[in-house]
Amino acid sequence: MSLQYHGLHSVSGSLIVLDHVSGVSNEEMARIIMEDGSVRTGKVAMLEGDRAVLQVYEGTKGLSLTNTKIQFIGRPMEIPLSGDMLGRVFTGAGRPADGLGEVAAEKYADINGLPLNPVSRQYPRNFIQTGISAIDCLMTLIRGQKLPIFSGTGLSHNKLAVQIVQQARIAEENGQQFAVVFATIGIQHDVAEFFRRSFEESGVLQNVVMFLNLANDPIIERIITPRCALTAAEYLAYEKHMHILVVMTDISAYAEALREFSSSKGEIPGRKGYPGYLYSDLASLYERAGIIEGIDGSVTQLPILTMPNDDITHPVPDLTGYITEGQIVLDRSLEQEGVYPPIAVLPSLSRLMKDGIGEGYTRADHAAVSNQLFASYAQVQDARSLASVIGEEELSDLDRAYLRFGTYFEQCFVAQRFDENRSIEETLDLGWTLLSLLPKSALDRVDNALLDEHYNPSAAEALVQKVKEQHV
Amino acid sequence: MNYPVIYSINGPVIKVRDTNVFSMREMVYVGNRRLVGEVIGLTAAETTIQVYEGTSGLRIGEPVAPTGSPMSVTLGPGILSNIFDGIERPLRVLESKSGAFIADGLDVPVLDSEKTYPVTIKVREGATVHPGEVYASCPETSVILHLCMVPPHLSGIIVYTAPNGDYHVNDEIVRLEDANGVVHSLTLCQKWPIRQARPSVKRLAPNRPMITGQRVIDTMFPVARGGAAAIPGGFGTGKTMTQHQIAKWCDADIIVYIGCGERGNEMTQVLEEFTALTDPRTGRSLMERTVLIANTSNMPVAAREASIYTGITLAEYYRDMGYHIAIMADSTSRWAEALREISGRLEEMPAEEGFPAYLPSRLSEFYERTGCYETLSDRKGSITVIGAVSPQGSDFSEPVTQNTKRFVRCFWGLDKSLAYARHYPAINWNLSYSEYLDELADYYNTEVNPNFTKARAEIAAILKEEQSLMDIVRLIGADVLPDDQKLIIEIARLVRVGFLQQNAFHKEDTYVPLAKQYRMMEVILHTYHLSQTLLSQGVTLRAILASGVYDKIVKIKYDIPNHDLDAFDTLIAEIDAKLQALPEKKEMIS
Repeated sequence: MSLQYHGLHSVSGSLIVLDHVSGVSNEEMARIIMEDGSVRTGKVAMLEGDRAVLQVYEGTKGLSLTNTKIQFIGRPMEIPLSGDMLGRVFTGAGRPADGLGEVAAEKYADINGLPLNPVSRQYPRNFIQTGISAIDCLMTLIRGQKLPIFSGTGLSHNKLAVQIVQQARIAEENGQQFAVVFATIGIQHDVAEFFRRSFEESGVLQNVVMFLNLANDPIIERIITPRCALTAAEYLAYEKHMHILVVMTDISAYAEALREFSSSKGEIPGRKGYPGYLYSDLASLYERAGIIEGIDGSVTQLPILTMPNDDITHPVPDLTGYITEGQIVLDRSLEQEGVYPPIAVLPSLSRLMKDGIGEGYTRADHAAVSNQLFASYAQVQDARSLASVIGEEELSDLDRAYLRFGTYFEQCFVAQRFDENRSIEETLDLGWTLLSLLPKSALDRVDNALLDEHYNPSAAEALVQKVKEQHV
Repeated sequence: MNYPVIYSINGPVIKVRDTNVFSMREMVYVGNRRLVGEVIGLTAAETTIQVYEGTSGLRIGEPVAPTGSPMSVTLGPGILSNIFDGIERPLRVLESKSGAFIADGLDVPVLDSEKTYPVTIKVREGATVHPGEVYASCPETSVILHLCMVPPHLSGIIVYTAPNGDYHVNDEIVRLEDANGVVHSLTLCQKWPIRQARPSVKRLAPNRPMITGQRVIDTMFPVARGGAAAIPGGFGTGKTMTQHQIAKWCDADIIVYIGCGERGNEMTQVLEEFTALTDPRTGRSLMERTVLIANTSNMPVAAREASIYTGITLAEYYRDMGYHIAIMADSTSRWAEALREISGRLEEMPAEEGFPAYLPSRLSEFYERTGCYETLSDRKGSITVIGAVSPQGSDFSEPVTQNTKRFVRCFWGLDKSLAYARHYPAINWNLSYSEYLDELADYYNTEVNPNFTKARAEIAAILKEEQSLMDIVRLIGADVLPDDQKLIIEIARLVRVGFLQQNAFHKEDTYVPLAKQYRMMEVILHTYHLSQTLLSQGVTLRAILASGVYDKIVKIKYDIPNHDLDAFDTLIAEIDAKLQALPEKKEMIS
């Protein structure tokens, strides 16, 4: 048993300061025993001479300067890991929250993880079919990728995340197991319940590990919730050889917790009060996605963040975009038009798709279709802004064709039902059909041979007819 | 020996009290695990040290061991085709020591001490050698001959030479006696402090472009050999993609690729791709002339700060051998952020947006290490830097972009709206500039075509004019414009889609030689002039467009192979025939 210290020097925000300590190591964990016997967890944040500064994960409410006892446990923060974690629910700090008792640990691991050596990584190439056309065709999800959803408050990001989890064909034929690690960071109880219910209904609940930090849980705990989740994910992926999809929501709440913690430490703020190391800190989460060469299993991340005021230049989405391998951006005006999923195609991107699509992965014409759809849809935006100034009648024939293409692209391609699971072949064929609404000469991203093979205006008109009938 | 001990720990910054054994910028070993650190502040009361590895688990009272020398890199054969972290530790060796995850406190040799190289001795016993003189050479890879040079501060008489043969990097091959009678043993490698530029005889004016095969760069905004260019752009605009393209295709002898605070998967991709790719000039793997420095965003932040200096010091070493080096620094913003983070831990007074006040001076120090040089070994070498900048919120007015602009002469501004339309490279022609145009004009006009700069200027003028016309079109639509102005919009579209836009994944289009770049401009301008004439003769623009000639020009980048430039003559003849047939048709109708 290690030394026990009595009393504190001071308390400030979530930090406590202790004097006359010795032999304590940086980032070591401590048990903080309150007057009433309850225990909180702290971590050494700074050491100077015989003074130690600790951050307290459960908050400092009720701590007294005199009657608090501190025990240092001599290790950084670790959580117990086991294959039996599947199907369990934990608190944001990694403690069991489902009344089923402690996990019988096969191993303890430091939640901060270690950086993955770039030479040990395997470059991700395996396509994950989500069954959602906009994602599969235009911003393809790759196994081992980190692809965040940039959303706003009130948009249907949660529904989309559930649909991806339900439809993702992530496991290979060789029977490798697919599991979800799900972490909530400062979200409402109802939302967490929505996810739990959806997992249950689709029968994947036994394959989900949940770490729940809800809106009313201590803010400082939000800093460790994603780390606990990712530690569990890495263990299941690299030691139990599963393909893990990590869904984390909401990263904005995580960044806010970090900001609060930073300001209580008196650090110099960067943009919008967020600490200068927000980039490095977010990277220490996102970079934990990947695949290790020679080991079966993978960690794919699907973080969700709500952009404050729908502002993509806000530091949290901005820095996230610089770290992650693309982004799926949701758009409020599409949502208002009733398009589900409201994916804003143009600002969305998957950086890894170029090596995971085409012959041998999806289909040879995939790159051509997606490039042309992006290019043509960008033209739609120009035509629309012109139409809003001079009126639709004044537009040239080509611009009018773009307007028509834009409408049906959004209605038939982007939009789909919550339970609609389109195969990649259906998606690509649909893409060609919609492109055929445009004159052949406008399709300048595709080489002529492909165009001759797939260009089919009569199919396009048939589709338009079908949509019109449905509306009648 | 009793070492001074740690007094305080704050993230990657530690302090030691009441000691005077350290000197500024000295490399030290921190704690029982001997983590690598560097002295960054000295006062009578305390010494401040930044630690290049994780400080988790470090205790107050652990020793800090001085090394007596500044933070240095080891220079010698074995650097090329290797991948290092920010302080030149070989990542493959780290992997063999600690597995897939990088542990702290690993002390590994920089260069493989087991490997032998066939060495040819270049000096005789009794010869007098000056600093930088070549005393031995060995093939480092199949495409790069490594020269061993007398270190810049040494000169004297050779008193011993080993016979030619196979040697390890640490074997003594030459002994040298300096003016004071001290004998120095020279091996295949030497050390050099990373924060100090290696000396040279003099700087030379840049007069040759670094050819990248990317049309928007080579033709519109060229960077000189020995110059510096910045690529700023928000996320997803293709900074990394552009750097990969340049690294793959540019005509530098050696590529130093610094992944500074960026994605791990990207470094893996570079490693895989460059190993697999064949260099068109040498017929060998691209990795044989490449060195990668990977300090990804989740690796310790202090080593990220060092990685830029490590990279440029390696480049200077090869420059001294007379090679032309291109450095890709992706991204200098992450390096600036590392400066900011360390500065914050030191509680320094911040300037703009929390960045330290010395940000501009650090940036200028770095960019001034580029250039064309006459080296101490009497050769000519150059270092070109392509620095990516990741402005927060895509806002080019932020401090890193603004300060970088002051020290580079070539600016390739990436544009979100171009990237959204998948127009790559998304280099915005209105934002970008190159101050090297005048200095390089001679090269283009003598080596490619006497009309090159004229054609380039005309293309630039068309784009400029399109921009002002588009302001009108956005308000009232294109239909109200007269045909000659509509023609400019159509020609500008040819320039944008047919010329500036380039497909990195197409085997012909990924690299385009200057000669073809010129011919493409020529075809577009020829068509432009001919169309102007036809319009003045009363042919309608609608008829010209209906001839399909323009659609054909958009696809010449794919249709005409890089080696078959004669096809351009056929094409021009075909265009002439089609377009000149138009007036007759019109007469027939009327």
